Amino acid sequence: MLAQDKATPFLWGYRLYVAAFFVFLAAPLVAASIFAFNDSVFPALPWQGFTLDWFFNDSEPKLGMFHDRRLLRGIYYSFVIAAFVSTLSVTVGTTNAFLFVRGQFPAKNFFYILMIVPLVIPGVILGISILVLASNTANFLENRFDMELELLRPGIFLVVMGQFSFITTITSLVITARLKKFDESMEEAALNLGASRARVLRTITLPFLRPAMIAAGIVAFLVSFENFNTTLFLVGSEAPLTITMYDRVAKVGSTPVLNAVSFALIIGSGLLALVSILVQRDKTVR
Amino acid sequence: MTNTPTYDLECIDIAKSFGAVRAVKGVSFNIPSGSFFSILGPSGCGKTTLMRMIAGFEEPASGDIRIKGRSVLGTPPNKRNVKMVFQHLALFPMMNVFENIAYGLRCNGVKNAEIKAKVHDVLERIALPDVAEREIHQLSGGQKQRIAIARCMVLDPDVLLLDEPLGALDLKLREAMKIELKQLQHQFNTTFIYITHDQSEALVMSDHVAIMNQGLFEQIGTPQELYHHPETAFVAGFVGDSNRWSGKVKASDGSGGTVETDQGLQMVFTAAGGRTIAEGTAVEVFVRPEFIHTVRRTEADGVPGEADNRMDGVVDSLLFNGANSRVLVRSSRGELIEADVTLTGHGDLKPGEEVCLFWSSRQAMCFPSEGSA
Amino acid sequence: MLQKDFRRLALILLFAPFALWIILLILLPHIGMIALSLREKVAPRVYEYGFANYMDFLNEPIYWNTLLRTGSMSLLVTALALLIGFPVAYYIAKLAGNRTRGALFLLCLIPLWVSDLIRAYGWILLLRETGVLSSFLQWAGIVDHPIEFLYNDVTVVIGLVYTVMLFMIVPLVSTLDGMDNSMIEAGYNLGGNGFTVLRRIIIPYAMPGIVSGCIVVFMLTAGSYLTPILLGGKNSSWFTEQIYNQFISRFNWEAGAAFGILLLLFTSIVIWLGLKLSGQTLANTVAKS
Repeated sequence: MLAQDKATPFLWGYRLYVAAFFVFLAAPLVAASIFAFNDSVFPALPWQGFTLDWFFNDSEPKLGMFHDRRLLRGIYYSFVIAAFVSTLSVTVGTTNAFLFVRGQFPAKNFFYILMIVPLVIPGVILGISILVLASNTANFLENRFDMELELLRPGIFLVVMGQFSFITTITSLVITARLKKFDESMEEAALNLGASRARVLRTITLPFLRPAMIAAGIVAFLVSFENFNTTLFLVGSEAPLTITMYDRVAKVGSTPVLNAVSFALIIGSGLLALVSILVQRDKTVR
Repeated sequence: MTNTPTYDLECIDIAKSFGAVRAVKGVSFNIPSGSFFSILGPSGCGKTTLMRMIAGFEEPASGDIRIKGRSVLGTPPNKRNVKMVFQHLALFPMMNVFENIAYGLRCNGVKNAEIKAKVHDVLERIALPDVAEREIHQLSGGQKQRIAIARCMVLDPDVLLLDEPLGALDLKLREAMKIELKQLQHQFNTTFIYITHDQSEALVMSDHVAIMNQGLFEQIGTPQELYHHPETAFVAGFVGDSNRWSGKVKASDGSGGTVETDQGLQMVFTAAGGRTIAEGTAVEVFVRPEFIHTVRRTEADGVPGEADNRMDGVVDSLLFNGANSRVLVRSSRGELIEADVTLTGHGDLKPGEEVCLFWSSRQAMCFPSEGSA
Repeated sequence: MLQKDFRRLALILLFAPFALWIILLILLPHIGMIALSLREKVAPRVYEYGFANYMDFLNEPIYWNTLLRTGSMSLLVTALALLIGFPVAYYIAKLAGNRTRGALFLLCLIPLWVSDLIRAYGWILLLRETGVLSSFLQWAGIVDHPIEFLYNDVTVVIGLVYTVMLFMIVPLVSTLDGMDNSMIEAGYNLGGNGFTVLRRIIIPYAMPGIVSGCIVVFMLTAGSYLTPILLGGKNSSWFTEQIYNQFISRFNWEAGAAFGILLLLFTSIVIWLGLKLSGQTLANTVAKS
């Protein structure tokens, strides 16, 4: 199975296997997408004809996703949360990258492991542990000082914190990898040409990191957008899209409007992932 | 400082340690305006540290660095008018050629129109007038080299430091760039300090060369002085090729004498640097291949008068390299001697032939062995 | 001297966000959860400290059976993902042409960023009684009445393997990609056959990728919630479901915290064992992918 030119039947069998794998990979996504266009109130066969009602129709029983208030609000909250999470995690990811690539301090390896750890903690546990701490703190403040801190009750802030807690590991790793490739003599060259340290950072180092920062931001955005496990415990009344959709699937049952949302998300995520790959494949890498 | 300084750069007894390692141990030198000065030494000799101190990336532990007569200790690197061409050039890949050259000018707050004029002027001078809009990765190795120099020269530095910038180029281009660098230095009339471990780069381009070894300068001089009148055994061995013998002085007359090598060869020598070497001193003797005449044993009667040393041997092999061909001769005592020969293609020496080697005592440079009495 | 102060200041400024993040969002919450798991509500506003919650776990077979079931099924899913994914990763990294390689890798990545929910939803549409597969089988005349493929262990395993597959393939492709083809050729050249080359050269080389993929896959599977619930139904007995029930349905946070700690301990021990047995470290596996 290893050499390039071995017996053909084997290679064909191998190719068939890979092809079957990709069919397996695509099947549920295709199924989820295709019923968005079926002119039926159930996302199931038989095929009743093509329609865009599940996107654009404005009345029951075929209320399209762009007229479904609750779904739209879910998308809006997801966007807000994802925007905060990606901004925050890229910022901290960048400072972490500088800390671990440039910094010299005791127990650096230990701290580096500590930075990776959030990635291997199950998301459910991150969710409940942050919920517990926030609630305890809020209760304590309320009982002791009679202070009501809404921020620490389940809601957007806690969701952002919960997702931030492990997405930062991802962004840190992406940006660290890029910073490690940076030739430090470029910074020295800029200093030598008369630039101040701030200017070196602004004109040389950050532009070099920019592709990685954008890619990390996109990854953070997507991971935040699709996150369910951590969000589930921290969510308040402002439910993001995944939670809204889950409620629908679990309580109302499936309707093709969910397929419409799925289709939109698959296309959107695909495009963003493509952008992140294009950004990283830049010409400045030597 | 009322009198105009005659030196662009003065280093006074500067030293630097990293932990327990003393990278530079008290180096002093002056470089007159407009000269091409090289620091030549094996890797790890401290030359890069020395250069980084001049550029301001490291602070010396002691001593003083003066540029145009003014001490720059405590001046951060971005405030020193010393520019540097880095080993891997460190051109900024996210900017095009124009922006690379304009970078330093922008840092100094020069106006846009002036930047444009200056960049185009410097591109003219390095004979690359049309590359301003190109990206760095579109340039050839030699062009990158010139852009890196232009990026510094546009700022009119007092001193330009070059840290082995030819190291990454292939051999042919390196040869061409040597000549070009020398011409550029002449054209800009700025002091160049060139760091290298490649002696041919240093010898070809420089007005003066400093040989550095283990954190110290062994000798400073013109290329010819270093080659013909090395002051230490290290310089004699490092600059150019040499045949090398260890031995003990048998007889000394002040400026020269006779030595017997460990293999038992008697040789007449001249003490290097006009020193006196006492009898019984352990010494090293260096003789360059081009000063050894190789003659067939049968023709050995026409000995040149000056050649007061003679040795018999058998041709071991010929090292053909065009005009730089050599012959390897195995002496009767077993050691191998290299000597330059002219190979014409007719009646040349062949391996196995018996030959005589002759050289003059003036070309036998003798140094007391290091670390021995 | 100024330079030194500047460096120290920069280091502190860079360390601050890192420390805030790790302390406030990782360390303190987990300490809080441990503390919470050690107390028991005996009456309203009256708490007792001790291991009562953990004793409950041990005394109630349903709980620890669920944990063992979750663990063993997660291991099974991890093994299946590796077995299915390795040949595909190898094909992408070594056998595919330059252009197809990029395209295939991209195909792998796109589903990676699609929510678990959508993927599970897709499977539901395919496998349920009125789903595509059942309809297709009836249409083809293979069966004469609708079949329910959902709500059994096999479906849960398939769904989980599907969900985590890409986290296995991506690290595998990136390690195999870094492997010099001439190493494989040298292996053949020195007389190895396909199997020995695979066992002696390719697998040892790909070890960091394999371990990294397995760790992430195992962790994701054991901690997954959506897929087992949606594909396995309410009786899927997944441990995260127990945690959710304690927290949200029964509002017994103390027991929920104890369960959370147990899940964390369990996954940590398995990951630690995996690292020890394969001789890898967290830093050279997960951090590289």
